[in-house]
Formats: sequence, C-alpha cells, structure tokens
Amino acid sequence: MTTEQQIPDRKRALDAMASMPADILAERYGAIARTAPSAIPVRGPEIGAVMVRGRIGGGGAPFNLGEASVTRATVKLDSGEVGHAIVLGRDLEKARMVAHLDALGQRAEWQPMIETDVVGPALMLDAEARRQRAEETEATRVDFFTLVRGEDR
Amino acid sequence: MYVAVKGGEAAIEKAHRLLADRRRGDRSVPALSLDQIAGQLSLAVDRVMAEGSLYDPELAAMAVRQSRGDLIEAIFLIRAYRTTLPRFGATRPVETGAMRIERRVSATYKDIPGGQLLGPTFDYTHRLIDPDMAGDHPVEPGARRDVSGDVAGDAAYPRVTDILNGEGLIEPDVASDAEPGDLTRDPTGFPAGRDLRLQALARGDEGFLLSLGYSTQRGYGRTHPFVGEVRIGLVDLEIDLPELGFAVAIGAIRVTECQMVSQFKGGGEDGPRFTRGYGLVFGQSERKAMSMSLVDRALRADEFDENRAAPAQDEEFVLSHCDNVEATGFVEHLKLPHYVDFQAELDLLRMLRREHAAASSETARQEAAE
Repeated sequence: MTTEQQIPDRKRALDAMASMPADILAERYGAIARTAPSAIPVRGPEIGAVMVRGRIGGGGAPFNLGEASVTRATVKLDSGEVGHAIVLGRDLEKARMVAHLDALGQRAEWQPMIETDVVGPALMLDAEARRQRAEETEATRVDFFTLVRGEDR
Repeated sequence: MYVAVKGGEAAIEKAHRLLADRRRGDRSVPALSLDQIAGQLSLAVDRVMAEGSLYDPELAAMAVRQSRGDLIEAIFLIRAYRTTLPRFGATRPVETGAMRIERRVSATYKDIPGGQLLGPTFDYTHRLIDPDMAGDHPVEPGARRDVSGDVAGDAAYPRVTDILNGEGLIEPDVASDAEPGDLTRDPTGFPAGRDLRLQALARGDEGFLLSLGYSTQRGYGRTHPFVGEVRIGLVDLEIDLPELGFAVAIGAIRVTECQMVSQFKGGGEDGPRFTRGYGLVFGQSERKAMSMSLVDRALRADEFDENRAAPAQDEEFVLSHCDNVEATGFVEHLKLPHYVDFQAELDLLRMLRREHAAASSETARQEAAE
C-alpha cells in the first residue's frame, strides 16, 4: 500500500500535525471526523517517555540527555488502514486525532481534505511561529561599529 | 526483645493537611495557574525539567506549585514520576547546528558568521530591582527585524568549533553512532565514558556544577577556558517508528548548548590544538550549560595526560555527588527517626565513660599510694 512517493507525504503530514497546537488541531479534526469513517483503537493512546539524545561536542558520539514525555496511539479503519502517531507531551486526544488522520490520509478520497484543512494550515502556523521567533531574535543582533578616534585622523 | 513503636499516623496526616493549607496560602489571593508558572517562572520550570531529567513544562509547573517553589523538591517529584513512564524509545540525536536560534553569542569571535544575537538575556541589565515588578504594568512585545531568506539551518549559524576546526586549530568531533550508556538503566561504574559523564552532568545540580566549574577557573584543575559559543533555541525531536519504517518529528524542545574552548594540548601528529568542553541542557540555562562544559573538560584529564589533583577532575567524586536528588535523600534522611541507632550509641558511650571513670579512679588511688 505504501509506495515510494507516499512515505515523504505521510512523514510530512505526521511532522506537521505533531507541531500543531492541540486546540487548533481539534477544531480542524472535528470538521473532518464528522463525516469521515471512524477508527478503532489498536494501541493506546498511552503516555510514555522517549530518551532524548544529543551528540558529544554537538557532532560526535550520541549521549543520553534526558527524557521527554510523549503520547502515542495506533488506530485502524474498518477498511484496514492503520494510523500511527507519537507526539511530544501528555495529550491522549491529540495522539488519537493524529493517528486517525494518519489512517485517513492513506485513503485517496480523504487525503486531499487532510492536506488542505490540516497539514497545510499546520505548516503555515509553524512557519509563522518560526518567522516571528527569528525576527524577534534578529532584532537583538549586535551591529558592531568602530569609532574613529581623534589621534587617528 | 523487639518492640515496634507505632504512632504518628494522625500527626502525619495533620501535618500534610497543614502543608496543603500553607501551600495554598491566603485564600483571598488567586491560586497560581500552571500557565502562570510555566509562562512567568519559565526558568524555574526549565531547571526542574533539566535536573528532573524529563522535558514536560506543564508537569514541571505542577511540581513547582506542589513543592511551594522548592525546586529540589520539585525535581524529586519529576524524577519519581518519570520512573512510572514506559520508555518508548530514543530520539535521533538532536541537531544543534540546525537550532532555531533564540540567543547565540561567542566570546572568541566578534564577527562570527551568523552574528551575535543577544536574545532575552539578563546580561547588561543593572541588577536593580524594578519598581514596576510590584505591579502589572503593560509590557511591550519584542521588537522585530526582518530576516532575509532562510531563517534557520546549518549555513546560517555555523558552530564556532567548526570554524576553528576548518583551520585544524581545535580537536574535532569524532562522529559515531555508538549506542550510548544510560545511567538510569545500568549502575554507573568507574571509569565512566564521556557519554555517561555528560548524561550525569546534564541532570546534575546546577549549584554543584557551578561551584566546581568556578573552582577550575580559580586554579583547581585549571583549563583556561573561553566561551566559543553559547546558543539557546528550539531543536526538533525525531524518532524512528518501526511501525512506519521512517522517522517522524514529534515536536520541538528548547535547549542550551555551550562550546567551551580550552587550553591547547598535544604535540602528536595533529600538532597542538585547542581542546573542548561541552554542555547541553534542557531549557534556557546558560549558567548550567557553561558550568557543565567546564566540568566536562576538567573530567577529560586522562585524555590529555593531565595530573588529576582537583575535585573537578575526579570523576568518581563529581559523578557520585552531582545528583541533588541522591544528595538531598541522604542528607535529609538524617532527620528521620534514628532512635534505636542512637540508643546503641548512647549505651556504648555510657560504657566507655564507666570504664574511663573506673580507670581514672584506679590511677588516682595508685598515685595516692605512691
């Protein structure tokens, strides 16, 4: 079922949905879930931890930095598609929604709607948040200048 | 005969009720919300996440509230909670080179490519208490300045160590994908690898590491450091999902990284070059990241044939004492009932005193007889 082209699409959608604030995702998901086929839980949603790793010196061998709480879920549509989700934080509903959307996204009739109503807006929100943060940081850039002193004239 | 002494349950229950009352304080004052704690005491929350070794701002805010602001108590709560979580796996190592920068300064290069970005820093403030802090005055949003083109990425903010490495002036990172040790799963043995040391330091007590780092500056394991770079910002977490067969992003976390450039060493085939200490910490804490990098460098004494003479160079000393949950557990247990232990000490002391008195009077009798 998974073709070469679908992996980047599916990853792109999962990445985008994980970054979306839960309340906005819930709103978008609600509109889709009203008419979409429902999913049955296969695993979770359940809260756990992942070990976050860094690299020694930034680019060397990995080391364990500390854990982060995550929630994961797996659901299945009646038609057989299985959806997976793992998101940062302890939000059972967010993981369930993302897993459901991941399953629906594998069906050609739902994929465009999820792309337009969820993935697109999630990417836009994320880009806007990144831009705002970058611009605020940029405003604190030090612009060095030199003073010509009297004796140098 | 052993007689179990019971009692105290009622007192403990009332003590905890009183604790809850004192924690809440004056009921006419609104209770703190988690948003307020996570949003306005964010550096306290960051410290609890770093030393609690669990990234979860909401949970850390709850712990700060429950502990009445006692951060070591809050860290203890987070550590206890994290032991209840099933481990789903490990992330791919975070790419700090691709960090979405919120602050980035170098003390070694004024004109570092990508520039000096001060971000939200206490540096250059006058450390005068601001009378506005007594009220709720309107606060301006941060200023914004247009960023042209790509707003993040390796190219935009190269690591200062990579710049020095380009000239062969500094020891390079040795890339590897070796599976790192995990001190939360296996007992720590000595000597410990640098991976384990960094894990211990990343969750170690900020005050302890600060003092040790300071001691290296004052001559106890001198490393002659420069801050090559400190950067704070958001990094994406990615995890491989076996079910999917590819890695997905699960969200972003804030981290602080410090590249400390230290005294040059070596006359081998690579010639003399700067050595390095590394610090990486959850949240915004450059004090902790800098201290960690100083101690990391000091602990590499053997690698550079340095004499291990100072506390900061003693791996067993540092790793065995940097954990504030272990430390507070052992120090604070002293206040719990030791009635039987102490009774035994008393009996021993009374016997010694009786013997001492008997010996003294015998000596006095003999001296009088002579």
